[in-house]
Parts: sequence; C-alpha cells; structure tokens
Amino acid sequence: MNKRANIAGLGYRGRTASIGFAHGPFVHIDGAANSGRIAGTPKAEATALRAALVSAGGQIAALAEAAGGDAAQILEFQVTLLDDEDFLDPIFAAIAEGTPAHTAWASALDAQIADYNSAADEYLAARSSDLADLRDRVLRTLRGGESESLDIPEGAVISADDLPPSRFLEINWSKGGGLALLRGSPTSHVAMLARARGIPMIVQLGSMSPSAKQNTKLSAKPNANTALLDGEGATLALDPTAEQVRLFERRRDLHHKNRASARAILRRPAASWGGEKIRLLINIQGAEDLEHADAQYADGIGLMRTEFLLGGQMGLPDEETQYQAYDAVLRWAGKRPVTIRTFDAGGDKPVPGFTMAGEANPFLGVRGLRLCLARPEIFTVQLRALARAAVRGNLKVMFPMVTTPEELEAGRRLFVDAVSELQAEGIAAVFPEVGIMVEVPAAALTIEQFNAPFFSIGSNDLAQYVTACDRTNGALARLSDPLHPAVLDLIKHIAAYGKRAGSGVSLCGDMAGDPRCIPALLACGLRELSVNPSALALVKQTIDGLSEGGGRV
Amino acid sequence: MTLETREPNGQRNGQGNGQVITGSVRLVHAAGMHARPAVKLTKLAKKFQAQISIRASAAAEWINAKSVAKVMALRAARDSVIEIKASGEDAEGAVAALVDLVAADFPDSGP
Repeated sequence: MNKRANIAGLGYRGRTASIGFAHGPFVHIDGAANSGRIAGTPKAEATALRAALVSAGGQIAALAEAAGGDAAQILEFQVTLLDDEDFLDPIFAAIAEGTPAHTAWASALDAQIADYNSAADEYLAARSSDLADLRDRVLRTLRGGESESLDIPEGAVISADDLPPSRFLEINWSKGGGLALLRGSPTSHVAMLARARGIPMIVQLGSMSPSAKQNTKLSAKPNANTALLDGEGATLALDPTAEQVRLFERRRDLHHKNRASARAILRRPAASWGGEKIRLLINIQGAEDLEHADAQYADGIGLMRTEFLLGGQMGLPDEETQYQAYDAVLRWAGKRPVTIRTFDAGGDKPVPGFTMAGEANPFLGVRGLRLCLARPEIFTVQLRALARAAVRGNLKVMFPMVTTPEELEAGRRLFVDAVSELQAEGIAAVFPEVGIMVEVPAAALTIEQFNAPFFSIGSNDLAQYVTACDRTNGALARLSDPLHPAVLDLIKHIAAYGKRAGSGVSLCGDMAGDPRCIPALLACGLRELSVNPSALALVKQTIDGLSEGGGRV
Repeated sequence: MTLETREPNGQRNGQGNGQVITGSVRLVHAAGMHARPAVKLTKLAKKFQAQISIRASAAAEWINAKSVAKVMALRAARDSVIEIKASGEDAEGAVAALVDLVAADFPDSGP
C-alpha cells in the first residue's frame, strides 16, 4: 500500500500552543544526527569541549542580541548553564578519565533532560527542550560545523519532534508559516516565542489520543508536500483535499475577520464621546510593557511608574540606570506625551534603605513626595536623570501623594537646582512640565491652590482616602465603591478647575479601565484616561458604544 | 504583599570569619523555582564572594546557590520556604539580597 495515499487528507489533532492559521509547503526537521567524531587525548578533549562551550555561548549570545526581549531572557538560562561549575565539573572529570568530549557532554545533558522530563510538572518538563537545544548546539560545534543552515521554503508548515528556541530563531518567519510538534508543550519557550511573533503552533501531535474518526497519530517522520495548520482547532492536515482546504479557508477568514474588528476599534484615530475627543493613554511599569501588541495604539503614556527601579539588588539605582530606563520609553513614544511619576515608595511599597521603618500607619505616613522631600539626596538623582531624559522627548513629570502647594513648590525647587547643576556641568538637560497626582482629598478639595500644567487623578488612593476603606479588605467591598458620590464630586471639581485653568486632567486609577465607571467619568468632565495596555481595546470599545447610543449619563 | 519574610539573622559563631548568616523566605513565584527565577537567583548569588547554600522546605540537602543546574533541580514549588545560609565576608549582604529577590518575586532589575 502506498504510504502517502494512506495519510493524504488525514487530519491530526494536538494541543494549541499559538493561535493562527498556516497553509504552505510541509517540511519535517530531524533532530541532530549523531555523526562520528574521533576523540583525542583527555587533555585535547577537555580543550575541545571548552572551546565548543565558548563558541556555543557566543552563538547563543548573538542570537539573543538579534532577537532581544523575551527571546533573550529565554536564552539566558542556556548561557548561565554554560557557566555553571557544579554542572560542568563532573563532565570534565569524565573526560579526564578517558571519556570522549561529545559522549561526556551528551550523557550529562541527557541525564538532566531525562530528569526534567520525569517531572510531573509540565512547566519543568518543557524546559528540557532548552537543554536539548544546548546539547545539540555544543555537539554540532564539537564536530567542527557551525550550526547547519536550515533549507526551509518561505511560509512553510514545519514539523519536528520538538524544536529548541535557538532553532526557532534561526528560521525566517517573515513570510508566515506554522509549527507542528510531535511532542513539545504550550508552556515551552518556543511556544512563548511563537505567540510573541504570531506564528501558529500546535504541540503533542504525536501523543494526543486521536479523535474517534481519525484513528491515527502523526508518525515520527511524517512526509507530505503541503499542509494546513489550524492553530485554533489544534489540527494539522497533510496533503489536504480540496474540501479540507475550503473548510480551512473559511475558518481562517472568520478568525481574521473577528480579530480585525477588535483591532479596527483600536486603530481608529481617537475615541470620541459627545463630539469630543477622548484621549486614551497607557500605564506602564517599564519599557517591557510597551511590547504589548496594543500599546502602539495609545495616545501616549499617562503613567510610568518608577518604583520598579528600586527593586534591584544593587541598591538604589544610579542616575545612568534611571536615565536609560526613561530614555527607552521616550524613544518609543516619539512625539507622544510620556508622564513619569517620581518614586512612589512607602505605604504598601516599602523599599529597604529608602522608606521609613516602623511607621504605625504607613498608608498615612511618609510616602510618595513626602518621602522624596525627606530624602533629597535620593530624589535629586532621579530628578537629574529625568531632566536629562526630558531632552529626548515629550516628557512630563508628576509628583505623587501631594497634600499642599508648598510640597509641589519644594519639589520644583529641587528640580530647578538639578537642572542648573547639570547645565553647569555641560550636560544637556531641560526642565519638563511638572504636575501632580491628585489622590489626597485635601489636595482635591483645594485644587485651585495648585499651580500646575496638569493633574492626574489617582483614583485608587483617592477613593480609599475619601471612603476611609482599605480596597483590599473584602469586608468593605460595598463601602469602598469608587463610584461613591463624594469621589465623583471631587473628580468633577478637579476636571472643572482644569478646564477653567487650561490644565490637563487625566485619571490613571483602576476606574479608568472599568467599563462600569467610564460613563460616570466622562460625565464628570474627564477627557483623558490612562489604563493598562491590555484594557485599551475594551475601553475604546466601551466609549465608542456609548457614543453610538448617543448616551450621556 | 503577603510574605513571611524574615530579616537575615546573624548567628554569631565565635569570632569574625566563621560566622554563618541565615535567612528564609517564602517563594511566591507562581511557577515555582523555574528557569527565569533560577537564573536570577544564581546570577545574584555570584555577585558575592561568600559561600552561599540554599535548600527548599527543610530538605536535608543544601545546594550551591551559584549553580543554576542545582537550583533548578531543587524543584521548589510555589509557597515552599527557601532557606539561605552564607559564610564569608559579604555573607550578610548576600543573604539580605537573596531574601529580597525572592520576596519581591524576582523583579526585573532594569528596563
């Protein structure tokens, strides 16, 4: 019987690792073949392995640099392992006793891989493909070949037993394609890379129990000319029939249409309500949050937190570290505004070496700007980094936890001093717009006393202080509703003053991302909201829905 | 944060150098001690001269905190208690830094 005829038109089912559709030439990649290698003396073998480790480390570092972001972090595990004496010592000990380098290396890695694979925990088992990746790369290097280049047509559906992250990165995915693995796992590093790059991927095609009418699982060395990969239904079809192609295309088109409509809402130039433009900005912790696919549709950054810089192990961050962090975000934003909040430590965010210890009630303690003014030597470093970054884009700086106008002025004076010092040192620096976060009821009530070009309402703390309810205390859930009329009155008050004074007013708390609260916020007069990147589409959709209903609330 | 963080407590053991510093911290990372946390922990440990060992949930064996293979092999699950001990000149700083790293759920140290 013809083997090809046997599999033609059949469908295989696996597990979805990355949603999407691919139709293209079919290619199966074999794992590294164990070709022969002639071993030298123990001393030569040790030298050969050491050289191979250095070379492999270099290759991985180059791949990581080219790929950046998540991919670089994923490859870091391999790089760290290459530098792990506890791990390498037994391998070199075996070589010293006469074992060839490739055998010593492969058996150590194989033992580790078997150990990971035996884990009940899927996440740990998924890491074994990283080890196989490293094993094969070092073996290839030991045999004298650099990594062999893969001859894969564009847009191909690629099948493999498992595919290591570095191999994935070596493939050109620019024309699409898909990945079908006999083993693998949705939590593997390759799956994370596939999702990040929008490459459809199915795993465990060799082990899933097939559906009743498709009584086959994918063979270890599948062979076909073309394939359909449906990452939504987790199916793979080899040499599909015309009917299979038709059904596939229908599912694919429906999928694209659904995605397009969600995207289309984001891509509209601006949300509007009652004929007025509503600006939607995003809240971020650091530059990595900008990798969210929807971030690009934001009108700017409404809140960049800076406390993440304080979490490092190297103590408080120096000026250059901070400058790099701010600069990365400003470069991303281009002409769009970026509002960076100065350190908001204290309260529920203690920082060793910075915040006050032993406060009886840290939420009402020395936190936010209060703390920064108490520790000018730390605050000045941040202000210097911000003044330098301000040269690079549309930077606004806001102080958190302000109670009185005197605090704003004190912070401003430190800022002016920092700018003058930088300029005296011949370093490019400018004084950016400085505004405040409005979260203390006293500041909200007396907002007209504050001379600031913009205000950002921190509704989480504002609601907490106004209602005297800890948000995290479930017993108070009903009382701590941010839609309490007292909170809304304050928001209205601030928005009205901003309009009169020509100062921008935005809101960056959880209310902004809550569809239930949005009508009330717009009715209070807010025209600028800042939300997490993942909430952007929902908020825009909500506002558009309100407009279409013509509904003023 | 809901952690049981204990400050490193020096167990004074005679004079000067023989001193062993210990600390313990609850692992809050959702996936347990896996690749990224393990890499961060070993990288941080290597910044110190001190000899540093860790163990998870009172297992008998202490392992070298500077070996990523060993740290991964701990298979410390979420909510297990990581014990840290260190000896050497900068032992106190090492234990404090590692406790902070685990307690803060392995934050990215930069952008």
